[in-house]
Amino acid sequence: MTAVEEAPVSAAGNPIGFGSMKRKEDQRFVRGQGNYVDDVNLPGMLHGAILRSPHAHAKILSIDTSRAEAHPGVVAVITGKILEGIPRPELLGDNFAWMPTLSYDTQAVLATDKVRFQGQEVAFVIATDRYTAKDALELIDVDYEPLPAVMDAKKAMDSGAPVIRDDKGQTDNSITDVMGNKFWESGNAIGTQEAIEKAKADPNCVVVTQDIMYPRVHPAPMETCGSVAYLDPVSGQLTLWTTSQAPHAHRTVYAMVAGLPEHKIRIISPDVGGGFGNKVGVYPGYVLSVVGSIVTGKPVKWMEDRSENLMSTSFARDYHMAGTIAATKDGQILAVDVDVLADHGAFNGVAQPTKFPAGFFHIFTGSYDYPHAHCKVTPVYTNKAPGGVAYACSFRITEAAYFIERLVDCLAAELGMDPAELRLKNLIKPEQFPYETPTGWVYDSGQYEKTMRLAMEMVGYDELRKEQAEKRARGEYMGIGISFFTEGVGAGPRKDMDILGLGMADGIELRVHPTGKAQLRLSVQTQGQGHETTYAQIVAHELGIPPEDIEVIHGDTDNTPFGLGTYGSRSTPVSGAAAAVVSRKVRDKARLIAAAALECSPDDLEWSLGKWSVKGDPDRAKTIQEIALLSHGSLELPEGVEGHLDATAVYNPPNLTYPYGCYICVVDVDPGTGQVKIRRFVAVDDCGTRINPMIVEGQVHGGLADGVGMALMELIAFDEDGNCLGGSFMDYLLPTAMECPDWELGETVTPSPHHPIGAKGVGESATVGSPAAVVNAVIDAISPFGVRHADMPLTPANVWRAIQGNPVRVDMAVE
Amino acid sequence: MQTPAPVDYARATSVDHALQLLDQHGEDARVIAGGHSLIPMMRLRIASPTTLIDLNDLDELKGIRVEGNEIVIGAMARHAEVLDSPILAEHYPVFREAEKLIADPVVRNRGTVGGSMCQADPSEDLSAVGSALRGTVVIRSKSGSRTVPIREFHFGPYMTQVADGEILTEVRFPIRPGAGSAYEKVERRVGDWPVASAGVFVVVKDGVVSDCGIGLTAVGAEHFSAPEAEEFLIGKAPTEDNLAEAAKIAADSCNPISDQRGPADYKKHLAQELTLRALRRASAASQGA
Repeated sequence: MTAVEEAPVSAAGNPIGFGSMKRKEDQRFVRGQGNYVDDVNLPGMLHGAILRSPHAHAKILSIDTSRAEAHPGVVAVITGKILEGIPRPELLGDNFAWMPTLSYDTQAVLATDKVRFQGQEVAFVIATDRYTAKDALELIDVDYEPLPAVMDAKKAMDSGAPVIRDDKGQTDNSITDVMGNKFWESGNAIGTQEAIEKAKADPNCVVVTQDIMYPRVHPAPMETCGSVAYLDPVSGQLTLWTTSQAPHAHRTVYAMVAGLPEHKIRIISPDVGGGFGNKVGVYPGYVLSVVGSIVTGKPVKWMEDRSENLMSTSFARDYHMAGTIAATKDGQILAVDVDVLADHGAFNGVAQPTKFPAGFFHIFTGSYDYPHAHCKVTPVYTNKAPGGVAYACSFRITEAAYFIERLVDCLAAELGMDPAELRLKNLIKPEQFPYETPTGWVYDSGQYEKTMRLAMEMVGYDELRKEQAEKRARGEYMGIGISFFTEGVGAGPRKDMDILGLGMADGIELRVHPTGKAQLRLSVQTQGQGHETTYAQIVAHELGIPPEDIEVIHGDTDNTPFGLGTYGSRSTPVSGAAAAVVSRKVRDKARLIAAAALECSPDDLEWSLGKWSVKGDPDRAKTIQEIALLSHGSLELPEGVEGHLDATAVYNPPNLTYPYGCYICVVDVDPGTGQVKIRRFVAVDDCGTRINPMIVEGQVHGGLADGVGMALMELIAFDEDGNCLGGSFMDYLLPTAMECPDWELGETVTPSPHHPIGAKGVGESATVGSPAAVVNAVIDAISPFGVRHADMPLTPANVWRAIQGNPVRVDMAVE
Repeated sequence: MQTPAPVDYARATSVDHALQLLDQHGEDARVIAGGHSLIPMMRLRIASPTTLIDLNDLDELKGIRVEGNEIVIGAMARHAEVLDSPILAEHYPVFREAEKLIADPVVRNRGTVGGSMCQADPSEDLSAVGSALRGTVVIRSKSGSRTVPIREFHFGPYMTQVADGEILTEVRFPIRPGAGSAYEKVERRVGDWPVASAGVFVVVKDGVVSDCGIGLTAVGAEHFSAPEAEEFLIGKAPTEDNLAEAAKIAADSCNPISDQRGPADYKKHLAQELTLRALRRASAASQGA
């Protein structure tokens, strides 16, 4: 692997290949010259605003829009009834009031019969400016008949529970997936159950059970969601500037939703201010901006505000996990079983590959070698915002990693064993890779113990345990928490993975211009990941063209090849691989052209970075730039070789990649107040080859802050009446620099054996791995009070209540 | 982007002018100081005043000064000035301790003492400090000025003595030689409103507490105060037992509500724990420790 080789440096001081370099895109961001959807202003553009439901569950008796329509500046008011009257030309349903979700469910664009969550879209006002549109919302009179709401997922399937999806003829709140299942299983139910029963009966074994909740949190990207739609009444061309992590997938979905011909749809995702999964789905607001443009013949902009974003767009998590782990008394794990109640909100809008209705939760088996595992996930509807699988989770891997790492700590507590020792005893060994887990996933590569030992050495694990013992003797409470996580990212192999039938391969196109400068066109979409830099570095690594000479183009479906977008840490594993493959195609073609120019056989040439030269005669060589000009020039090309130096590729990954890491967190807890102070955080990541280590570290920093937020403060709870209790940044707390310690980062590099450059992806590693480290540290700190578990977020109140032996239920209003 | 409803704007050039503008624009007009509560409420359309009367040019309401044996804080003094004031640092470190924990530098650079007092949020940090120190507020109307003890200033959450057509102009605190003071707060995240806080001052003379004040916020303490605990402590030695008993009495007089910051039992516990911690430090400071 070339991962550790030092790349040569370009004239501009950048590595011609892998290595840290400043992000090319930051030139415009630090100068305030980014171009976001809300920066798009078109001549004659109108502005839309959405009236939202104040109720979680209510019948709509009537909607009177006459006062709003009469308001000066209002151009149109659209309701669900109006949408019902617009026939949809083809596919999926019969009118515009409902749209398909990414999970083959339906979601109301504008409510017609009932509202099903607080914040649901009820009407859409189009006006000459944003203020007027918002003013007019207050002039719409909606007569609601409030209904009892289902806010507690645990009561959703009670007999007599109010039925949310009566629109589908349902008689309960169960969710049926596209394959007809009401729950989703993986692993071996019988084998696991037998192993657990056997352990229960064996005096040399223990069985530990623990209910673990991963409560509802929100991606909360800096930029909220929005769109500008213009359907040219003459050409029939729809151009949609939108906050999308997956512009090509959106184009196809709009074609299916609106019945518009796909070749007349152009999706442009300009700069996107953070996504974290929040911008994967298609929201009613986007559709309404399109409908608005159809109705008015003008461009229509819709940008949601912060509360709309928090209350109505894709949440994450909301998994109630009941875990069982069996082990020998000397700490050999035998079996893990988990029964999950999954709260999907009012519409099943989860983004996931079709065959994985619980996403990649299957990876709950973690980083350990044991024979038996089983999970069962039961989804339910509740009167909460729809969506799910958002927020840097790799399709539910965040829940899975948190679950197993918390459960292993519960086992360690039961055994009276050091949690590091327990983990080291059970980690999958390097020689076991490729490792097939009990749920059927094949981990590609890893040196788990090496990574864990490095983290323990960096943090000074043994000294910390000594300090802890001394402090406990003085009545001071510090805790040390370990998390060892494995992710499966880079969805995914076409044979296994699709979203709405769209395979998860990614296209790419490389054009090398006559002067040797290049353009790389991606199907994936950066939301801050630094694609414009790292993809240039991949091409530089493969072709020797300096990264400053490579322009990376993305986010415009008319100018880039098809692919499924950026989420689930899939860009580097899939599209990054495509970039290497397409570069190698160009390199191969360059060889033929160089051979023609040097009048030798291609077999006589050898590649060294940036040039083909004659073996044994290095002075006879052509650089890639010279070859580029030759390819466009008058040189007679060999038979079968076309001119120019462009290539395209579609990369279909043979497997997921499996980045992993070991995180150790040290906290101090004040038992008198329940306050937690994170003293240290060591994060050792192994994401395979590091294309740009600086960007990797930046991604890890961000993810660790995310993890601290979820572990300590982030939460969307609801009261019994259905009120969202996390609808503003005053209520939905995001961590600040003050809550974050100086991150101490380390790395091991175990390249993926099946990825062209050995890279595994790292965008979500820290978010996946860090919450368990923080929570395990806090529980470790307060374990002398007899605490074995408490649910996130560990606010001062929750920590104090756990110490009192009276933990709060986090997903409902505090009582 | 959150967008407020239409609103008019007028910029006052003096307190008299502001009072005249208030009169002229009627009861739905609001004065605006730092705007860090009012503007977000307007953007969320929780508040929709018809006119904003801007007080930011009123130099007569600015500054922190000593007058006789009182410290006077102008209503338009910014939180950042309170944080940095050498006068307050000398006499009442409790201000500095509280201000360090109020919101963030951006808010403190703009938000004002008068605005915080008049917003009368039940979780306001400065209300606890003001109540502990038993200050007074000066309220002006067209007919003149009146002085109201801080412990009579609040009628309840978001309700104060400041009536239509009136403006709070200054807040005054008696100087108490030898006083030690301290502020203790628990927040879920830096810059958040307190889950609970306690601000206290203690004067220890000849081995006994000669005077003290206890202010509590976010825990349902009437007038942000705990007078029974103060009565208990005055005249007693500042021993751990006595401080603890005072803290317990203070907590017993609180009536917190459960919300997402924490359940009522926890807040009640905090009222006791934080009062005790603040009393310990303040009495130690008064004794020159």
